[in-house]
Amino acid sequence: MKKHDVPQDKSNLESTKSKELCYAVNEKGEYTTAHSSGWEPKTIALDNAIAEVNARIENARQNVINNKTSPLEYYMEVHKMDIPILASYVGMWQWRVKRHFKPRVFAKLSNKILQKYADVFEITITELKEIKHGD
Amino acid sequence: MEINFTHHQSAHCENGVVSNLMKHNGFDISEPMVFGIGSGLLYCYLPFLKVNHAPAITYRAMPGAIFKRFAKRVGVKIQHEKFKNPAKAKARLDENLENNNPVGLQVGVYNLVYFPDEYRFHFNAHNLVVYGKEGDNYLISDPVMETVTTLTDKELEKVRFAKGALAPKGHIYYPKAFPEKLDLEKAIVKGIKHTCKDMLAPVPIVGVKGIKMVARLIRKWPKKHGVRKANHYLGQIVRMQEEIGTGGGGFRYIFAAFLQESSKILKNEKLAELSEEMTVIGDLWRDFALDASRIYRNRKAKLDAYNDVASQLETIAEKERTFFKALRKAV
Repeated sequence: MKKHDVPQDKSNLESTKSKELCYAVNEKGEYTTAHSSGWEPKTIALDNAIAEVNARIENARQNVINNKTSPLEYYMEVHKMDIPILASYVGMWQWRVKRHFKPRVFAKLSNKILQKYADVFEITITELKEIKHGD
Repeated sequence: MEINFTHHQSAHCENGVVSNLMKHNGFDISEPMVFGIGSGLLYCYLPFLKVNHAPAITYRAMPGAIFKRFAKRVGVKIQHEKFKNPAKAKARLDENLENNNPVGLQVGVYNLVYFPDEYRFHFNAHNLVVYGKEGDNYLISDPVMETVTTLTDKELEKVRFAKGALAPKGHIYYPKAFPEKLDLEKAIVKGIKHTCKDMLAPVPIVGVKGIKMVARLIRKWPKKHGVRKANHYLGQIVRMQEEIGTGGGGFRYIFAAFLQESSKILKNEKLAELSEEMTVIGDLWRDFALDASRIYRNRKAKLDAYNDVASQLETIAEKERTFFKALRKAV
């Protein structure tokens, strides 16, 4: 990549006024570093990935409303986690976490267990039992 | 208390921390030099691991490996420590800062507050330097950021004790003993040989063979998983290749910069030529990313388009096979 070809497209980096460093070749053929504000192919990939996360959250929200899963799964998706990551944060086996996704099992959980989940998601137990239906 | 530490921005966090810590200790080592000597370049498809619900492909060596190899090859001794207890981890950090010693830390990205939200996901092998403390605020030099920043006590503890794959466990590290003069020549040759061995490895998921395997998978994805999933997977490949950290072209440009610098140190003309060739290959990786992005931009892509980018990857694989064979002979 030539130094003057280093892309300066719009990207999500703009919000932090930060630029990333790329390596490119100058006119004399020597390697040097150059700042890039972003590159469209990356931005689209990132935007798509975020859309994918949002679709997963919405899907989980609908499942909670239809009593197909517990709010734990919804909050897991909100925090961009999957079951192995959530299990590691609460210090439980994956199968236990998965079991807590069953609304019937979730309803009977002790406050001690609920508190573990609430701590990870940084919310109260009351909030953990509800999902925000509005937004 | 603030240690007189100079922040240099780098493309990749691990190289950047090593390069910055070496510079602090009076050794002028560039980021590409760290990357090359540490044999950072790799291609590996990880079939059993899913990241963000898509297959994982890595363009570099395991986190920590670059630093470890670099230190061993130039003869620098590194002090490492991991902790179970956050209080102990904090005490050890404060102790080092008291002694005027800036340290490297391994942290999780998800709770790193100064990153843009979109980039915060559960990745636990990010690296940064702590170079001081003012009240409750730690002074942070994160090599991928343009300028230095700060984190509170609480915020730092959270990222040091992030959970999940590759959990940092408060990992702290710093160089503690240096040789009088760094023996770069030998280290460079070792680094290059190792990279050639990795890229030409007779393992189906690694190096040139790994690239070919991913090309075959891309051809199958739209039929096997549907267009939506195939595009999500393709997007993930482009992100791993180009996202903050690789310096462009899946580390190929950093590697080319390393070869150029090495050709002067070793007085080896052939390496300068090969550096130019690597730049051309890097451009091909960029073209691949661009064409892949055209597929996932409009969600209804033709099957041909997947075959086209797969063929591009196969061409790259062939070129790299020839390249690394030539590189192996050149040193």
